[in-house]
This record gives sequence, C-alpha cells and structure tokens, in this order.
Amino acid sequence: MKPAPFVRHVPRTLDEALGLLSQLAGQEGRILAGGQSLVPIMAFRLAKPAHLIDINEVAGLDRLESDGKALSIGARVRHGAFHKLAVDNPLGALLTFVARHIAHYPIRMRGTFCGSLAHADPASEWCLTAATLDATMVAKSSRGTREIAARDFFEGIMSTALAEDELLAEVRLPLLAPDAKFGFNEFSRRAGDFAMASSLVTYRIVGGKMTDTRVGVGGAEAAPRRITEAEATLNGQTPNDAAFREAARVASDALDPLEDHQTNAEYRRDLVRAVVRRALENSLP
Amino acid sequence: MNAPTKGTGMKWVGRSIRRLEDPALVRGEGHFTADLPATHWVRFVRSPMAAGVINSITAPDGAMVITAADLRGVKKITPMLYKFNYRPVGQPILAEGVVRFVSEAVAAVVASSEEEAEDIADLVELDISETPPLVDAHDALKQGAPQIHAEAPGNIIVHGAHKTAGFVDAWASADKIIKVDARSHRQNATPMEARAAHAAFDKSTGRVTLTCTTQMPHVARTAIADLLGMPESDLRVIAPDVGGAFGQKMSLCTEYVLLVWLARKLKSTVAWTEDRRENLIASFHSRDQHVTLEGAFDANAKLLALRADVVANIGAYSCYPNTAGMEPLMAMAEMPGPYDVQQYQCLARGVLTNTCTMAAYRGVSRPVITFTLERLMDRAANAFAIDPVDIRRRNLIDTFPYTSVTGLVFDEATYKGTLEMAVKAIDVPAFRARQKEARAKGRHLGIGFATFSERTGYGSPAFAARGMAITPGWETVHVSVDPSGYVEARIGASPHGQGLRTTLAQIIADELGIPPDMIKVVHGDTDTAPYGWGTFASRSLVISGGATLIAARKVRAKLIRIASHMLEAAESDIVLEDNRANVAGTDRSIPIATMAREIYTQAHRFNGEIEPGLSESGTYDPPGTFSNACHVAVVELDAETGFVKIERYLVAEDAGRIINPMIADGQVHGGVAQGIGNALLEEIIYDESGGILTANLADYMPPTAHEMPTIELHHIETLSTQSITKAKGLGEGGAIGAPAAVLNAINDALTPFGVEIDTIPATPQRIRALLRGAPNSVRSRESGNPGATS
Ligand SMILES: Cc1cc2nc3c(=O)[nH]c(=O)nc-3n(C[C@H](O)[C@H](O)[C@H](O)COP(=O)(O)OP(=O)(O)OC[C@H]3O[C@@H](n4cnc5c(N)ncnc54)[C@H](O)[C@@H]3O)c2cc1C
Repeated sequence: MKPAPFVRHVPRTLDEALGLLSQLAGQEGRILAGGQSLVPIMAFRLAKPAHLIDINEVAGLDRLESDGKALSIGARVRHGAFHKLAVDNPLGALLTFVARHIAHYPIRMRGTFCGSLAHADPASEWCLTAATLDATMVAKSSRGTREIAARDFFEGIMSTALAEDELLAEVRLPLLAPDAKFGFNEFSRRAGDFAMASSLVTYRIVGGKMTDTRVGVGGAEAAPRRITEAEATLNGQTPNDAAFREAARVASDALDPLEDHQTNAEYRRDLVRAVVRRALENSLP
Repeated sequence: MNAPTKGTGMKWVGRSIRRLEDPALVRGEGHFTADLPATHWVRFVRSPMAAGVINSITAPDGAMVITAADLRGVKKITPMLYKFNYRPVGQPILAEGVVRFVSEAVAAVVASSEEEAEDIADLVELDISETPPLVDAHDALKQGAPQIHAEAPGNIIVHGAHKTAGFVDAWASADKIIKVDARSHRQNATPMEARAAHAAFDKSTGRVTLTCTTQMPHVARTAIADLLGMPESDLRVIAPDVGGAFGQKMSLCTEYVLLVWLARKLKSTVAWTEDRRENLIASFHSRDQHVTLEGAFDANAKLLALRADVVANIGAYSCYPNTAGMEPLMAMAEMPGPYDVQQYQCLARGVLTNTCTMAAYRGVSRPVITFTLERLMDRAANAFAIDPVDIRRRNLIDTFPYTSVTGLVFDEATYKGTLEMAVKAIDVPAFRARQKEARAKGRHLGIGFATFSERTGYGSPAFAARGMAITPGWETVHVSVDPSGYVEARIGASPHGQGLRTTLAQIIADELGIPPDMIKVVHGDTDTAPYGWGTFASRSLVISGGATLIAARKVRAKLIRIASHMLEAAESDIVLEDNRANVAGTDRSIPIATMAREIYTQAHRFNGEIEPGLSESGTYDPPGTFSNACHVAVVELDAETGFVKIERYLVAEDAGRIINPMIADGQVHGGVAQGIGNALLEEIIYDESGGILTANLADYMPPTAHEMPTIELHHIETLSTQSITKAKGLGEGGAIGAPAAVLNAINDALTPFGVEIDTIPATPQRIRALLRGAPNSVRSRESGNPGATS
C-alpha cells in the first residue's frame, strides 16, 4: 500500500496550474485536491499517476460566494466549508444538511466539493446535489474556459466530460426559490460509508400543490440524475404519503440499477424506493 | 478506593485500578514491530489465482526475488493431530509448484525500502495456469471434485463423529423435532495492527532476533527453529506491544519463517509490514461454517437429543499449532452448550478449499454453535408456544459438577441465575407492551436472548483429548523481589491488550503486601520469559494468573521466613502489608526492601537456613473452568431497507472472581462489539473464481463506534473451585453471545412477516430478500424519520 513513484508540483497561480496540467496531462499527470479519493487509490496502486499537480496553494480557488443567482464553489472549497451556512438561501441549509452525510469529519476537512465532482463516484452526495439542482461546471484549461451542464457532465462511473487537461475550477449551484422545500435521505450500512442509495428532492408549494419538483437519485445508477417520471407524478399534487409512495415506486422502477456484492438489482430498487420516499417525507416541516 | 475489596479480605484484587500499560500507549510511546528500522524490506508477490500450476516466476533484472526454489531444506509447516482421521498436509513457506488460494505468497522481493520492494513486486511476472478452484466447502465434498492436497482424499482433512448409545431411542420418543440450518459466513479478526515482523541477525553470536506481532512467542520460536533446522537457542522471539490479535496472531505465519531465513542468509536486518489489504485476503480467516442442527424435544419442551452436522470450510492449509481440527472439533465437543441433553449425534468435518486458511478468532467456533443452538431454542419455543425465556429455564443445567454428553465437566456456574438477572433488568413485560404498540404503527422491534457457557482456562489434558501434537495448556511464572524491594514477574503468557500487566500485579500485590505500581510484569521475549504458550482462549488470567499466585505464595512464604528470622518472631505472627513485614499485635516491623536487600547482599546472616535470593517459580495446568453469561439484544428492524439497529444491549455475566472489574468490563465490551460486527456487518466474500471482493475496510465492514449501542453489564461472581485464583476466563464471551442474541432479536422482530433468518451476518440485503418473499404482508412504518438511514 505504498504509491508508485510520482513527482509532485505545487503551482501558486491558476495559469501556472493550467500550464502544468496541459504539459503533464499526457504523461499521466493528475490534479491533487483534497486527496481523499486519489491518495487511497494510489495506495492500492489502482492509479499510478507520474505527476501530481497539487492545487492546494493556487490563489483564488477557495472562492465560495453568491452573486444572487448562483453559489460559486471554487476548486479548493472543502466539504467542511458547508458545515455552516454558505449562503442565505434554502440552498445554504440544503448543503449543510447534505454535507454531514459525507464520510467522516477528518475527511470532510480535506476533501473538496469540486474534487468529488471530478472524481464522480456514483454515490457522491455532491454529485447528486449537482445533478438534482442542474449545476454548471466551469472547466478551465490553457486552451480556455467552458461551461458544462450537469446533465452533460456525468458520463458514467467515475467518468466525466472533463478533458485530461481541464481543471474543474468552479461549480455554480443555482440558488433555490426563497420558499423552496428540500429533503434528503441516504442509506448506508455504517455511518460515514458511501451511500448505497440516496435521494435529494426540492419543490415549491403553490396554491397547496407541489410545483417545480426535482427528484434526484444517487448511488443507484452509474451516475446520479433527476428522475423526471417521478417528478411528473408529484407536480400538481398536495404533498401526502400516498403521492410520495407512488413517486418512490416510479423512481425505483425507472432505474437501471448498479449491482455489487452487497446490493443486487432488486435490493437496490428497494433502497431507492425507501430513500426517495424518506427524502420527500423529510422535506415536510 | 483504598478500602479492602468488600468481603474478600483482599486489598488489590477486585478493584478497578487503572491499567499500568496504558500511559505509554495513550502517549504514543508504545513499541510496535513496524517502528523498527531495517536494512532490507520484503514485499510478497501473491497469487492472483485460487488454484493453478506455477509455470514460471520472472524477476526483473537485478532484483532479489526469493522463490520456493531458493528454500530447499526448509520444511513445510505441517501441524499434527493424532485423532479424528486427521490428514496432515504441508504448507510450503512460498508456493511450490502450485498455488492453492488467492494471495498465497509465491515470491518474496527484497529491497532497501518498502516502497522499492512494492515497485519491484509489481514487475515480477507470474505465469500460472489456472485450474478449477473450489471455493465452497460443499463443492469440495462432491464426488470427483479436484484434490487440493493429495494427502487428504475427498478434501476432508478432519472427520469427527460422535453418537451416544441411546440416541436412536431418544429420537424416536420425541414429541417434536426442531431444525436449524445455520450458516456463518467467513470473517476476519481484523486487529488494528496488521501482521508485521522484523528479523535481525547478530554477527557476533550468530543468533537471530525475530520481533513480530504474535500471541505466542515461544511457539513461534519452536516452530521456526524446527522448520529451518536451527537450535532454538539461536532464535530469540520478541512480541513487543501488539495491537490486537484476537486469535489471528496465534498461528504461525509463513512470512515470519521466511524473514528469519532471510536474516540468516543475508546476515542482516529484514522487515515486513503487512498492509490492510493483505491482512484481509492473506492473513487468517475464521468462522466459515455450515451447521445443521436438529433437536428432539419431549412434550414439555425438554431437550432429549441433539443431532448436528458441521461442515467447516478450513481453507487451503491447516493452521499451526491448532490444526484445521479446531473449528469443527470444538463445534462437536461443545455443541450442547449450557443445556442438559443426554443423547447426541454429531458429524463434524473440516473441508479443504481454495481459500485463505481458517484459524482462531475470538470465541473459535462457539459464536457459530451458540447462535445455532440459540436459534434452535427460540424456534422450539415458538413451536411449543412458550416464551423463549421459559424454554431456557426448562433446559439449562443447574446441578454441578455436570458431566456433559461429550464428557466435559462443568464446574459451578449460574446459567439460570444470569438468565433471571437479565430478564429482570431488561423488563420483558414492558418490552412486549412496547413491541405491540410499535407493531401497530408499522415499527418492528425484537428481543433476543442468548445463554451460553464459555470454556476457559483449560490445561494440557483438554488439548491432549483432541489428539493435538502440541498441547498448549500450562503456564509458568517467575516472581522475584529484587534487592531494591521491587517485584518482577516474568510470564510465559503474552498479553496484547488484555491488561495482564495490571491484573497479575494485583494478584501479586495481595500476596506480598507490595502495591501494584512496584510490580512489573515482563512478557513477550523468549530470552527473558519462561517457556509458555502465550495468550489466547480466555486462558491467561486463569492459567498464568494461577501460576503467578503459586509463585507469589512461595515468595510470600520466603518473605515470612526472612521476617521471622530478622524480627525474631513466629512465622505465624508475620503480616505482610504496605511494603512492610509486621509482627501482629506489636509495633515491630521491617520494610520488605530491607529484607530483600539482606537476603541478596548479606545472605550469610541467615546461617544457611534460608537460601540466598528472592525468586520463585510457579507452574499451573488446570482442568478448565466454565464461565457463563446471558446476553439480551433489543433491535429495531427497518422493514423497508432491512436495516437493523441495536436499541439496547445487556449482558449478565459470571466469570468467577473478578480481579479488576474495569478490565473485565472492557473485555466484554470489545467482545460484544466484535460479535455485533459478526452478526450484522462483517463478511469476507469470495467470487466464484476464488477472488476476494472485500479487500478493504469499506467493503469488509467492522462496526464503528456509531454502530455500537451502550452495553449494560451485570455481574455474578461464582468463585471457581477449578481455578486457584477462583477466577474464570472471560475474554471470548462477549463475541460468543452477541451473534446469537442479535440474531434471535432480529427473528423476533420478523415474527409478523412469517420469515426467519439463520445466517450471519444478517445483512440488510439478506433480510430484504426474505421480506420480499414473505408469506405475510405487514404494514411498514408510515412516517417518522427512521433510524435506519442517516
Ligand atoms: C473513508 C472515506 C469515506 C468517504 N465517504 C464519502 C462519502 O460518503 N461521500 C462522498 O461523496 N465522498 C466520500 N469520500 C470521498 C471524499 O469525499 C473525497 O474527498 C472526494 O471524493 C474527492 O475530493 P478530493 O478533493 O479529496 O479529491 P482528490 O482525491 O484529490 O481527487 C479525486 C480525483 O479528482 C481529480 N480532481 C480533484 N479536483 C479536481 C479538479 N478541481 N478538477 C479536475 N480534477 C480534479 C483528481 O485528479 C482525482 O482524479 C470518502 C473518502 C474516504 C477516504
């Protein structure tokens, strides 16, 4: 469990980082952010990057601020930054609620929001959040800057639309409506483990009816996504147990479940049904 | 804290004094094997295949890579059992010709750092032709299955059978036959410190010092010296601080043998530190058993006869010194547990497969047979429509000594007493009312009981009865008072977390009138400790504690003679207390330190009547004593996800005289935590090709503090007549009782659905699979934030 040999580079500016990345990406160069996914993988020698471009000293990447429309989260912002409200909007409370389900405290103090997205573990809470809320990813390289919509970003298990030489410099999460409600639930066998299924829901109530409903499911398929079939069953309904159960059933049926040694397809569907219903239930005051 | 322990007349025994070993450990000042510097580091290249023929091993240019071909003359590890149709099979130090399990060591890379060794290991090319692997014991038993070792036809390495004369009649007379088909999946003991070894060659003496993380330093010395054909005196084995072991560090590791061989070859210092992945796949596994148990009951739910079939998947080799007979044969001998049953039939087989070798893990076999038997009792209670507590009352033994149907002699214990204590503390009627209320709301609570006996502190006759070539029973202790009046006790046991440095000091303190903080217990070094068997099997406090008491009594007698001589008083008037010898009823006294100084430095003053020096030795080889407990688990089952949350956990325990209640409680806590892990979480999973899917601690899941309930403890102290300290062992009980209590609680919660689970771990996936097929549809919870999900 000793990593293969590598060279670590510590750029101080974004330009320097992007320059190194474009120069080294083709020579098995990788970005090192919080290291909470990359370092364990290197220890198992599942990854053997020859170069690490450590972005922890790059100025400006620790930006965490709202422009009134969206919350911008820079590449150095740690999970732990969301232990307190990041923005005075229901989004702030949502992120705080979700953050405490990620791993354990010491890991949250190092792992980064953008690193989670770049790593794209199907069970990542932040990937689920980005997919459910239709985040915008800001990718930078020495070739320029481009924005990628969440639905185009996640391509599969640990695979994203980022090019080898691109840094995920920032993620923008749209603020929620001031009256938005949210609910989140995940299932894992031990506290702090990756979720075996998770769900994030947001909606508004207009005239007693649910509207603008988003139902995201994570940890169940190759990448987290919104389940539009479930959203459709909820829009126009009063929030109630029967509607929640029906939406949960629809979400569970709509999936192409991932299978592993502790979760076969049937069980994954069971879990999705449970977490979607519970996320909806948690959304109630 | 300074008052004598109530009622015992003893000042130190019975008190929760703080552990003498802790200050160094909590300050990070302990000494662990992996801390030692070395010139050479080893990385093992391990087989990627479960079964195959080795065609070639190609090392990169210039690398030092050791293979079986280099080890000519080194014997194979071949543990021996003289009974039960045991077939001795040999384990080469590095795979020879064939591989028999994934992760078997095939080659050893030697380099100047761990990193470099791992880099080179990546470049070693193994050409192995795969042959069909046997992963499941039942497949290995099939006609025509491949032979894993030519010496063990049919892949059966050990085959025990037992049948009492009246079995058939008793069976025929039964009112009901109840059956349990129990499966315990494979587990790993997962000590916090994985294995590690460091071998240093001393050019001036030609000796090798092997520092390693082991429970049995002397046994390791004997075994390695035998295998390498060297005098034992040329090998010193040191077990420094050992970061947990739980049985995994009892068995001889091929890796340690190789290190000693290398140190001698290179005349240098060689080290190896196992990583977590290796520990999970290549160290020893445990608990892999399939037990079919049937009970014949009369109309009053009294157990008449038991019939058992035990199939233990023992892996690819036999562990040394216990042998592969350990799991199946212990199951056979102890299956009837604490219940009175007169007729018994059992077939117990150890089956070879292409999996990692099975060895001891806290409780050995008893966690499995206890949950099997306790499931049988609960199922029988259901069949007779009586309470689970009631069926236990009707069947638990309560006259002592009791000779079991397999010939074990149970000394006095409180099987019924601890049950009643637990029943009262948990308040069963209140629970049943709460359970009913919860069910009406779609919430599923369950309660589970486990009553069991824990055979502890058994000496060499018990091992001889199993036909073992090595009978690790007795222990020796040397106790000396040095000229400064301080005490040193050298012990052959090898504690690694059990707190023996403290508890043995408490025993000595009461004998000598010298406080524990002036008493050093020295262990874990074959150059200084007397030959002994180490620490395992809930034995050390009973056996090493007994030897300590014997030696301390001799020292005490000598101190009294010295005092009598120096104070010119009758021996019967001398009282040893607070570092002094006093003449009872007078103000005449003398410091023990003065007496000690005198007997060493002014020995002539005793006119040859008292031998110089103050050092005595004691050896103890007891018959064994049974401790007992009743565990109760209260769980909530989340029917939607299959998740089980333990709401409440209670233990009523009787381990005889408790030397240090805090340490005793700690042993129970740790054991229960491991038992809960076994019951709910931990499982080594092999795929069909013999690869391991659970090779890290995200996939192999020991419980964390979050998963642990508060454990409530209650004690009864039935002083043992079979142990001179009157203490019984208790190291394993927590782990033995917990799977049974938890599984019974889950099944109690499952009652409305009409399904049962007899498998550990009872994972949420397994529970959901049962619920999906359940005959009864039951309303699950409607609202509330369930405990199952975070
Ligand atoms: C025990 C444990 C439990 C965990 N449990 C959870 C959990 O429950 N939920 C969860 O979501 N996560 C969990 N994690 C993972 C953790 O959240 C990681 O921090 C996160 O997945 C990756 O972020 P990082 O900053 O540590 O990235 P790193 O480990 O540094 O990098 C991960 C990958 O992303 C790339 N990368 C990182 N930043 C960027 C960037 N800005 N642009 C482009 N590429 C980049 C790296 O090159 C690397 O390939 C757990 C980790 C551990 C060790």
